[in-house]
Order: sequence, then structure tokens, then C-alpha cells
Amino acid sequence: MAWQWFHRLGSPKWFYEKTTPWMPWLAFFSLLIIVGGSIVALGFAPTTVEQGNSYRIIYIHVPASIVAMAAYYVMALAGAVGLIWKMKLANVVMKVAAPIGAILTALALFTGAVWGKPTWGTYWVWDARLTSVLILFFLYLGVVALQGAFQDREMADKSSAILCLVGMVNIPIIYKSVDWWFTLHQPASLKFTSASTINSDLMVYLLLTMIAGFYLFFAWSLLAATRAEILARESKTQWVRALLHKPAEPTA
Amino acid sequence: MTDVSPQNLSLRHSLWAMFKRDMALVVRHRGELANPLVFFLLVLTMVPLGISPDPTVLSTLAPGMLWVVALLATLLSLDGLFRQDFDDGSLEQMVISPQPLYAMVVVKIIVHWLSTGLPLTLLTPLLGVMLALPSEGYLPLLLSLLLGTGSLSLIGAIGSALTVSLRKGGLLLSLIVMPLYVPVLIFGASSVKAAIEGFPYNAQLAVLGAMLAIAIILAPFAIAGALRISVNN
Amino acid sequence: MTFRFDSFADFIAMSGHGPYIWACYTALLIALVAIVIRPMMKTRSVRLEIKQQQNIALRRAEQKKRT
Repeated sequence: MAWQWFHRLGSPKWFYEKTTPWMPWLAFFSLLIIVGGSIVALGFAPTTVEQGNSYRIIYIHVPASIVAMAAYYVMALAGAVGLIWKMKLANVVMKVAAPIGAILTALALFTGAVWGKPTWGTYWVWDARLTSVLILFFLYLGVVALQGAFQDREMADKSSAILCLVGMVNIPIIYKSVDWWFTLHQPASLKFTSASTINSDLMVYLLLTMIAGFYLFFAWSLLAATRAEILARESKTQWVRALLHKPAEPTA
Repeated sequence: MTDVSPQNLSLRHSLWAMFKRDMALVVRHRGELANPLVFFLLVLTMVPLGISPDPTVLSTLAPGMLWVVALLATLLSLDGLFRQDFDDGSLEQMVISPQPLYAMVVVKIIVHWLSTGLPLTLLTPLLGVMLALPSEGYLPLLLSLLLGTGSLSLIGAIGSALTVSLRKGGLLLSLIVMPLYVPVLIFGASSVKAAIEGFPYNAQLAVLGAMLAIAIILAPFAIAGALRISVNN
Repeated sequence: MTFRFDSFADFIAMSGHGPYIWACYTALLIALVAIVIRPMMKTRSVRLEIKQQQNIALRRAEQKKRT
């Protein structure tokens, strides 16, 4: 039964038609959760004595970092599937995941840096977290740049898949190394959500909700981008032309 | 001269032939060999000029600077790793030959390391003197670079193979490869710093050795795959 | 769940951390919009491209009819 799905996924057209009804729901719920969560985070969440209101930034920074990281694995997995099974759809997912991941990583970097100013006094502090996110950003940029460098689509997809896999293998090594380097230099590890800072259930639930909202938003945007890329790649086919353009009748 | 008909061409013979050919090319272009080394020397000269000639400042910077610039010099040499063979068509011959591409890739990287990583490593004691590296730092610097430059060649070759068919692949190559170099840099520089501060550095060297082992086993797969793609242009 | 601020002015000021917090939430908005807009723009350009190709094909068909 599962294999049926797998084979059907080989057809971009089937995927496109199957996902069309999902889109409005995904959009609605993900935006609802993010917007709602933001309102709660801004106006209703409690704050800590040490950090005051700047803690509200965490409700963006942590979900963005988590989903940015997860997106890389989604991208690498898609690349692997595309490389091994030569599935068109998997290559499309890999390609579109990269810029989404890059934007989320940039958001995580920006919010992490801005959060640092009122908390520690500087916009940038070289701690393990921020440095790892910065390196993740470079990894994404590499994939985006490699995708754009090739004229031939198949070459672009295969090369990017290899790069994604190499990156995926390296990410745990990189993160562990950076972590080790910084514990060597800064014995006090700076945890955003240590026991001392979380002083209410609302904070935990809000954080979890925002993480869920970001994941949902990622799912929606990944699908939307995949659908758009499918239309672009299959633009010469009949079904795409029928979908996007009503052919005019030639004058008699 | 051994008979080179296909029946006699064992794997060992063909790899050795390739090794000799590439080394001969290196010797023939030995002017180009100097480029990364001169770069190494030049940039490290900039450090006292740009930051401070004070020996105490220099000695704190030295371990990291020596490693960072060694890394950059290796990056510089990567673009040419496969490019010549790609341009004159011999890379295509390598890819379609019956000999395993994995093995040929390993040979190519060994040649690359012998012509860049190893000379770089041997040059560093001299540059350590220029940067006021404390005496405890020399041995760990040599050992860490010896182990590390191998990994740098292997990881860098992945980037070279992915970008060899692109005209302006240089900057893209750096972007791809630099994040992957971070662990090697961290443990390499750390081993030198640890020695200077009086701590043992065996752990860092062991990690570098482990990275080299993993790289030598896994990287050629990625490199071979990338070469196959690049050649089918 | 209580509203944590005494007035709207307090809400904006965020006890001095206002610029940082609002910068971050604006960045969130920009990031979300950027991510959402990209596929829309791509679909639009594909649609335009198809229309252009149809027009060229149409014009060629008409030219053929005249000759």
C-alpha cells in the first residue's frame, strides 16, 4: 500500500492535484498559530527579572532555529531520494527547501543577535549557538549557489544532492566541534530556556505552540514552493498549460 | 617497459602510472607549487603589519593564524586539482575507464597533498618563528597540520569535483568547502593552543586522526560521484 | 492570562527594549512574506512565459494562413 504512494509520487501532476485542497488549510492554521502566538508572546507572556521584555524575542528565535535545522535534513533526505530513485519530485523538494531554510536561518541569526544586545550588551557574541547557526547559513548559501550555477537542471540537482548529503553528514561533527570549542572558552553555557528562566507553564506552552506553528508554516511553504517549481519544470506539458492559460482560438 | 596491453594492466600498475604522471606534472610546473606557499608567507606577513608587531600579541594569535592561513592556502590550490584534467579531456577518460574511480581519486588527492599540504606543513616552523610562536607549539603545529591537511585536501576535493565544470567556480568552491573545514580548524588550532598553555593535546590529535580516517574512506565516494556528474556536461 | 502592560504606550516601549523586540517581530513578518511571495512570483512568471509562447505560436499560425 505504501509503495503505491511512492510510485504515484513519481508523477508531479498527481502530486500537484493531490495537494491542491490542502493548501488553504495549511495556510490558515499555520498563520493563525504564528500570528496568535506572536500576539500572546508580545502582550501576554510573562517575563523574567533578568531579561525583562527582551525575552519575548525567544518565541521567534528558538522556533526559527529549530525549523531551520530540520529543513536542512528535509532537503538532504529529498536529495538522497532524488539521487537514488531518480524521483523528479524529490529533486524539486530539495531545490525549493534551500532558500526557505536560508531565510529561516537568517531570521534566527538576526533575532539571536538582536536579542543579544539588551541581554549581554553586544549585537554579536561568539557563542556555540549563534556560531553554529551562522555555519548552517553558509551551508544553505552553498546549496543555493550551487543550484544556480548550473545551466543543466539534471546536473544542478545531482550536484546539489551530493552537497546536501555531505553537509548532512558534517552537521553533527561541525556542531559538536563548535560546541566543544566554546565550552573550552566560556565555561558558563548560555541556555535560552534553562530552568531558572522558565517560571511559568505559559512560557513552555507558548514556545511549543510557536515551534508547531513554524513547522506548519514550513510545511505549507515547502508545498507551495514545490508546486510552483513543478509548474515551472513541467511548463511545456499539456496539463500545466491548461491550468495556467486559456488558449485563445486562432482567428478564422 | 612493461607491456601495457589491457590484459597486463592491473589496478596497481595503472594507479602507479597515474601517480607517476601526476607527480611528473607537478615537477614540471613546480613554479605553481610555490603559489600557495608564497600566499601563506605573504598573508602571515600582513598580520604583524595589520595588527601588532608586539611578540606577546603575536604569540596569542599565532596558533590560530597559522592554521587559518594554512586553510586558505589549501583553498587556493583546490581549484586546480581537477581543472587541468577536465580541460584536456583526461578526466573524462578517468571516469569511463574500467579502473575504479574511487582508487584514482585517492591517488590524485595523495599527489595533491604531497604538492601542497606537505610543503605547507614543513614551512610552518619557519612562519612560527615569524609569529613568535612559543616553543611548545611547534611539535603540535607540525603534527596537527600533518593530519589536518590530509583532511583538508580530501574535503576540498569534494568541492573541486562539484565545481570543476563551472567557469567561475572559485568563489563557490570556497563557500561550499569552508563550513566543512570548521571542525578540522577547531581541533587543529586547539591542539597548538593546548600545548602552549601546558595541557596535553593527544585528544585533539586523535580527533584529527579520526577525521582523516573518516574522510579518506567516505570523501572519495562523494568525489567520484561529483566527477561523474561534472564530466557528463 | 493577563495583559502585561499598563497602556499602549508601555506596550510599544517594552520598558526600553522596544526597538529590539519590534525589530525582531518586523523581521519575522518580512521573512514570512518573503517565503510566501517567492512561489507566487514564480507561478506568475511561468504563466507569463506560457502566454508569450502561445502568442508567438498564434502569430506564426496567422502568418502561415496569409501566405
